[in-house]
Amino acid sequence: MEAVFLAFVLMLSIFLGFELISKVPATLHTPLMSGANAISGITIVGALISAGAGHAQVATWLGALAVTFATVNVVGGYLVTNRMLGMFRKKDDKGQPGATS
Amino acid sequence: MTLELINVWYIVAAALFVFGLKQLSSPATAVRGNLLSALGMLIAIVVTLFSREIMEFRWILVAAAVGATIGAVAAQRVAMTAMPEMVALFNGSGGVASLLVGWSALYNTGNSTFTVITILLSILIGGVTFSGSIVAWGKLSEVMTSRAVVFGAQRFVNGLILGALVACGIVFCMEPGLQSPYLYAVVGLSFLFGVMAVMPIGGADMPVVISLLNSYSGLAACAAGFAINNNILIVAGSLVGAAGIILTNIMCKAMNRSLANVLFSGFGAVKTATKVEGEVKPINTEDAYLILEAASSVTFVPGYGMAVAQAQHVVRELGDILENNGAEVSFAIHPVAGRMPGHMNVLLAEANVSYDQLVEMDDINPRIGNIDVAVVIGANDVVNPAAREDENSPIYGMPIINVDHARTVFVLKRSMASGFSGVDNPLFFGENTRMLFGDAKASISGVIGEFKG
Repeated sequence: MEAVFLAFVLMLSIFLGFELISKVPATLHTPLMSGANAISGITIVGALISAGAGHAQVATWLGALAVTFATVNVVGGYLVTNRMLGMFRKKDDKGQPGATS
Repeated sequence: MTLELINVWYIVAAALFVFGLKQLSSPATAVRGNLLSALGMLIAIVVTLFSREIMEFRWILVAAAVGATIGAVAAQRVAMTAMPEMVALFNGSGGVASLLVGWSALYNTGNSTFTVITILLSILIGGVTFSGSIVAWGKLSEVMTSRAVVFGAQRFVNGLILGALVACGIVFCMEPGLQSPYLYAVVGLSFLFGVMAVMPIGGADMPVVISLLNSYSGLAACAAGFAINNNILIVAGSLVGAAGIILTNIMCKAMNRSLANVLFSGFGAVKTATKVEGEVKPINTEDAYLILEAASSVTFVPGYGMAVAQAQHVVRELGDILENNGAEVSFAIHPVAGRMPGHMNVLLAEANVSYDQLVEMDDINPRIGNIDVAVVIGANDVVNPAAREDENSPIYGMPIINVDHARTVFVLKRSMASGFSGVDNPLFFGENTRMLFGDAKASISGVIGEFKG
């Protein structure tokens, strides 16, 4: 029953994903992709659980390695997306000090 | 915290992901959207750390500190032109993390067959995402050739690998064991399959591959979610999976090709375009200045060549000069220009081009007949009229930006054999086309110099 319930969640979230993304303008495709990529780092939750569960030594090591990679994905993904989005400005906001040219 | 309470917090995190993605759809709210999504991630992580399942923190802290440092430094240092490589690497690290999560889930006791199957899937998809992303990174950063690598029996070999992968997977699911040789076989074969799947894809098709790998990294997280019975992984992973599929689809449509066609055939291997002959009309920066000075509407059409020449800043400067001169300036961007979806937009935004000047293909085409000058910078296929007219062209049917319908077209190109020679882009010989030869950055700087002098 558990599996069926999870499959139900899966089905609904896929449809939700389609609905959410299909309206994004082409201008923002790159930040959208890196932002979505950062979300896929959610696997860090799984990594934390397996690294911390105190199972066999090997499982802990695998989990710790997973935590490292997933953190790269999460931290890097959100920061780079934030950096990119900060560059999208309208005409009025320009010419401020600190704006690179 | 009890399991119920943790799950309530996971719902909050999922809601923040959904809101975050929704707000990413407009430049005005996108920054906040990204922050909301990051907040969701933070909640999910903190709540997990408080759960009773976690008993040992030492290695977690070390691992997280290492990962966070690498991620933060990479995100700060990366140049906007290198963004496709960066996203490929982040994708790859997400993929391999899911693989490892799946693997370590094998150490849980009492896994049902269904759970073992999902563990296997997370290893398989994670592995393909990882090695595929590494190859994509190699191609994008030109550590290896960015051309399509094809050989005769490729499809047969790939079919064989996939068959072996499925076979090993089935055997493993029937008799799961931590030391099972089939487990290692699945890991190895999925790495191999990822490499083989991305090798035959050429540089210009990279937007499709990056989108697809993005989708895979989500699906891998989703499979890992099934493997450890965790809702938030399934929700977030499938949101990303769906996002990647949508982008893949948009990219394929923008090239008028099916996904199967992109994945299984090296580009241009099938047809050769009719060579057209004619005479090009070269101009120098002074002529270009005189025409631009008189123009009342100018649109720039950038391609990957602009990124290679690092010309985005001078292009923006010329745009500003033209605007002060009274011209209406826009930047027309083809969906597959560059090496990842929306790549050109990011480069121009970095150069301080206002986002309301960035125009999509479908918006510029209906009014391109009224544009005085279209300036093509480092773009080729996306403005090639052969896509409309020449049925033998490998890109026939692909929607293009119809720059040849503008009153005048400038094509900035490094060089070209002079006089009559066969090329496959008839745009170069167009009645209203003027060729400005030389490095794109130097040419534009030259025109700016004329305006200033």
